[in-house]
Parts: sequence; C-alpha cells; structure tokens
Amino acid sequence: MGKTKKRLSRALIYFVLILASFVSIFPCYWMFASAFNSTEEIVGGRILPSTHLIENFKNLFETYPIAQGLLNSLKIALIVVAASLLVTSLAAYGFEKFSTRASEKAYTIILLGMMVPFTALVVPLYRTMANLGLANSHWAVILPAVGSIFLLFFFRQSFKSIPNEILESARIDGAGELRIFFQIVFPSMRATYAAAAIYAFMTAWNNYMWPMVVLSAPSKKTIILLVSKIITSGYYPDYGVQMAGLLIATIPIAVIFLVLQRSFVDGITGSVKG
Amino acid sequence: MNKVSRSALRKKSMWVKLSFPIMFCVTAFMLYPFVYSIVLSLYSHKGLNETFVGLGNYVKMFKDLTFLKALGNNFLFLIIQVPIMLIFGLFFAYILQTDNLKCKGFFRMAIFLPCVTSLVAYSLVFRTMFQFDGLINQLLMQFHLISAPIPWLSSRGWARALVIFALCWRWTGYNAMYYIAGLQNIPRDILESARMDGCNPAQAFFKIVVPQLKQVIVFTSVTSTIGTLQLFDEITTLTQGGPANGTMTVSYYIYKQSFEMGNNFGYSAAMSWVIVLIIAVLSLIQLRVTREED
Repeated sequence: MGKTKKRLSRALIYFVLILASFVSIFPCYWMFASAFNSTEEIVGGRILPSTHLIENFKNLFETYPIAQGLLNSLKIALIVVAASLLVTSLAAYGFEKFSTRASEKAYTIILLGMMVPFTALVVPLYRTMANLGLANSHWAVILPAVGSIFLLFFFRQSFKSIPNEILESARIDGAGELRIFFQIVFPSMRATYAAAAIYAFMTAWNNYMWPMVVLSAPSKKTIILLVSKIITSGYYPDYGVQMAGLLIATIPIAVIFLVLQRSFVDGITGSVKG
Repeated sequence: MNKVSRSALRKKSMWVKLSFPIMFCVTAFMLYPFVYSIVLSLYSHKGLNETFVGLGNYVKMFKDLTFLKALGNNFLFLIIQVPIMLIFGLFFAYILQTDNLKCKGFFRMAIFLPCVTSLVAYSLVFRTMFQFDGLINQLLMQFHLISAPIPWLSSRGWARALVIFALCWRWTGYNAMYYIAGLQNIPRDILESARMDGCNPAQAFFKIVVPQLKQVIVFTSVTSTIGTLQLFDEITTLTQGGPANGTMTVSYYIYKQSFEMGNNFGYSAAMSWVIVLIIAVLSLIQLRVTREED
C-alpha cells in the first residue's frame, strides 16, 4: 500500500512540474515563435513559427533606431557591472574584515537604504540630475546604479566564508590590502562575482522607469525603452514587429543567464550560507 | 610597540577607505534626494511656479480619490499576490529537491526562465496574448472552457486578476531560487533521519524545512512586499492603470503626476512619502517578528 501511495505522489509531482514548466515556458516560446509570424498570423492565433522573421526585423530596424538602442543598453549595462562590482565588493570586504563598532553602525544605516523605494527618489533625483546638466545623459542612468546596496549585502554575506587566517598570513608576508583583495579574495570568490555580475547586468539592462524619466532624446534611449513604445505607436499595432523587438531585447540577458546559471545558483548559495 | 599600534590604527580605519566610494554614491544618489524630497513635498508646482504650501500636499492627497484608489490597489495586489507567489516558490523549491527526480535540470530551468525576461517584454507579451480577440481567449473558446471571450483588459476584476497572474508568473521562480539555495544548506541527514522516523514529506516540509528557511522566507517576503508597493513597470505596459484606474498603482500615479499630467513634483514627493512610511512600518514589523522568534 505504501508503495502505491508513493508512486501516486511521484506521479502527482511530475504532473505538477510539467504543468508549471508549460505555463513558464509557453509565453517565452510564443514570443519567440511570433517573431517569425506576420501580424495577421498572430491575430489569427498561429502558435507555430512561420516565415516572416526577416520581414519583421527589416520593418523593426527601419522604423526604430534599434541598433543605437542596443549599443546604448550594452554601454550602460557593462559600465554598471564593472563599476558596481568593484565599488560594492571593496566596501563589503572592508565592512566584513575590518569591522569596528563605527563600521557596523555605518553598515546598518546603509542597509536601511534598501528599504527606500525608488519611487520616492525619482522626482528629486530627476531634479538633481537636471541641475547637474546630466539629464539626457547616460551617466544619469549609470551613476545611481553603481552603489547597489543589495550587492554590498550580497558580497558581505559571501565574504564571511573567507578564513581570516589566509588574509593574516598574506599580511605577514607583506602583501598590501589591495593586493590581498585582488589576488586572494577576488579569485577565490568567482561564483559570487559571476552571480553579482548577472544580477547587475540584468537590473541595468531591464531598468525602465528611471531611464524613461531621464532619457528623452531618441538617440539616447535604451532598447527596452524603444521596444516598450512599439505597442503605443499607431492605432493598429504591428504584433510581428513588436515580437521581433521583444526577442532582440530579451536574447542578451537570456544568453548570459543560461550560460552562467550554474554559478548564479552557486553564488547565491554561498551568500545565503552566511 | 609604536609600529604595532600604528598598523592597528591603520587597520581600524581601513573600512572607511574601502567603503568611501559606496558611501559617496549612497549619499549623493540616495540620501540627498531622500532628504530633498521632504523639502519638495512642502511645495506646490505649477509649470515653473513654486509655492510653499506646508503640509498642503499631504492634506490634498487624502481627498484625491485616484490616489486613494491607487493605494488600495497596491494593497490588494500585495495581500493576494505575495502569499500566493511565495507559497508556490517554496513548494517548487521543495519538490525540485526531491531525490532522484528525473529531468531535474530541465524543470529547474523552466521554472527560472520567467525571471530572465525583462519586465517590459513579458508584460507586452501578456498584453498581446490576453487581448479580447487574443490567443488565450481563442484557445479557451476552442476547448469550450468559456462560451464568450473574457474581457481581460477591459474589466476591472479580470484586469486585476491578470496583473496578479502576471506577477506570479514572473517572480515565483526568482523567489524559488533563494529557497533552493537555502534548502541546500539544510543538512541532508536531518531530513534523512526524519524520514526514518516515519515523517512524511508534508510533515518534513512544515516541521523542518520551513523553520530552517525562516531567514530566507523573511528576506523574500520583505523584498516582495517592497517590490509590490512600488509596482510600476508591469502596470505601465500591461494595463496602463486601466480600466478606469482599476489597476492604477501609487508609483504609476506619481509618475503621471510628475511627468505626464504636468510637473507637480511637490505633490508627487508627498505621495511617495506615504509609500516610504508604509514600507518602514512593514519592515519594522517583520524585523520584530523574526527577532522575537529567535
């Protein structure tokens, strides 16, 4: 009896997992397939890919500055990844390995910043950037993203696993703190850095509200901003072109995520362990 | 002696040097705007005119029906969506850890896939799929599950349900990822010996897994709560707050007030402070809850 019950619950688990996978995958599949279809086919309910991919891409690139948008997004995301990883991991190392009573207080105050909703910062930040003459500049998007408090927290949790003895012995050997950081801490925390890089890249790439507010010139817009406008331009939306645009906006992060998926989960595991 | 104390002193101030860049960023792009928004909230803006109104904006918003409606919607989404999503996330994380599960890699990838999509992209896909004459209604009609198409985007109730469904679709896998990471830290022999003692998977889940994951559960519920209170991207693309403000959220209303319906920055700043206070209160409650149980 116990065996049948066990088998039944197994079957149920598989059923639930298959159903959930279908629900998860279908919209992504449909976006992919619809990029190959004409608007008439999409409206007609076609689920399988057809032959209009090139036509859709041609219309997309002719109507919108897609190449420029991709370049803008890539530039912003790469600078944010490099700068935020450096800034937050250095600080996390400082807070974790040179902890004093004052540093813990400062750390707690910074962490409280995680609770500050970005909604509350949009208006004053916009006015600040406008006053600095940075409105419509990519720096207005990059600078606020560098000091990511989430990444600071994430790195500090991971750095707890670095044994102090190793750092101490390197110090006795006469290595400077920066050298210790770049030659011992950084190489031994690769999974953490990979996870942080994916997080930073995805957040920067997908950022919507702030770039929409601060980047109004068409030549400065990110790919996400361009793609979001496809639906609202024109009375009869061209779904084929829209899906082709969404595909282009999604592929870079999908590739990065799927390639680094393993280290992403490892990195988070290392951090949650703390 | 002198040398030792000097190096100790240098070590003590090391954290200041290392954290200086992030301190600068946080001060310039978070603390300063945060304080600035208090000042802004005391002014009313019409075009380029700025008039001091004291607490006028704070009085005004509690008579502003759209704002109250938006706040209500935020809470509605929060109360329904966050628990559903976290329970599903925990559930999937748990069954993905089942021993000798076949195609584990595939299932894991499938459940994570939605959190790779950009918020704008998936909202647009959902918007297209859930049109009145769209794919979902066509399929439901074809399988005779409904007799008339469902007004997903034009009826208030269905639009809210769609937003909740869309949010769950996008964020369940994201939260499951944290739970999976947390589950990997539960020693296998604890679960093993529980099973030896005749504990069934459901009992093991509630008696061992949930308590062990408490920190992670609190973390995910705090972040999801904050996220839902700031709901913006999905609303902008999926429903544009409609129909008749039925899915309007505070963030979207703030955006509209500041950048679409004129530039009433002061009023927007005042409204954003309501969100700040709610988040602060909720976070404090959650902190207190975890502290008490520890």
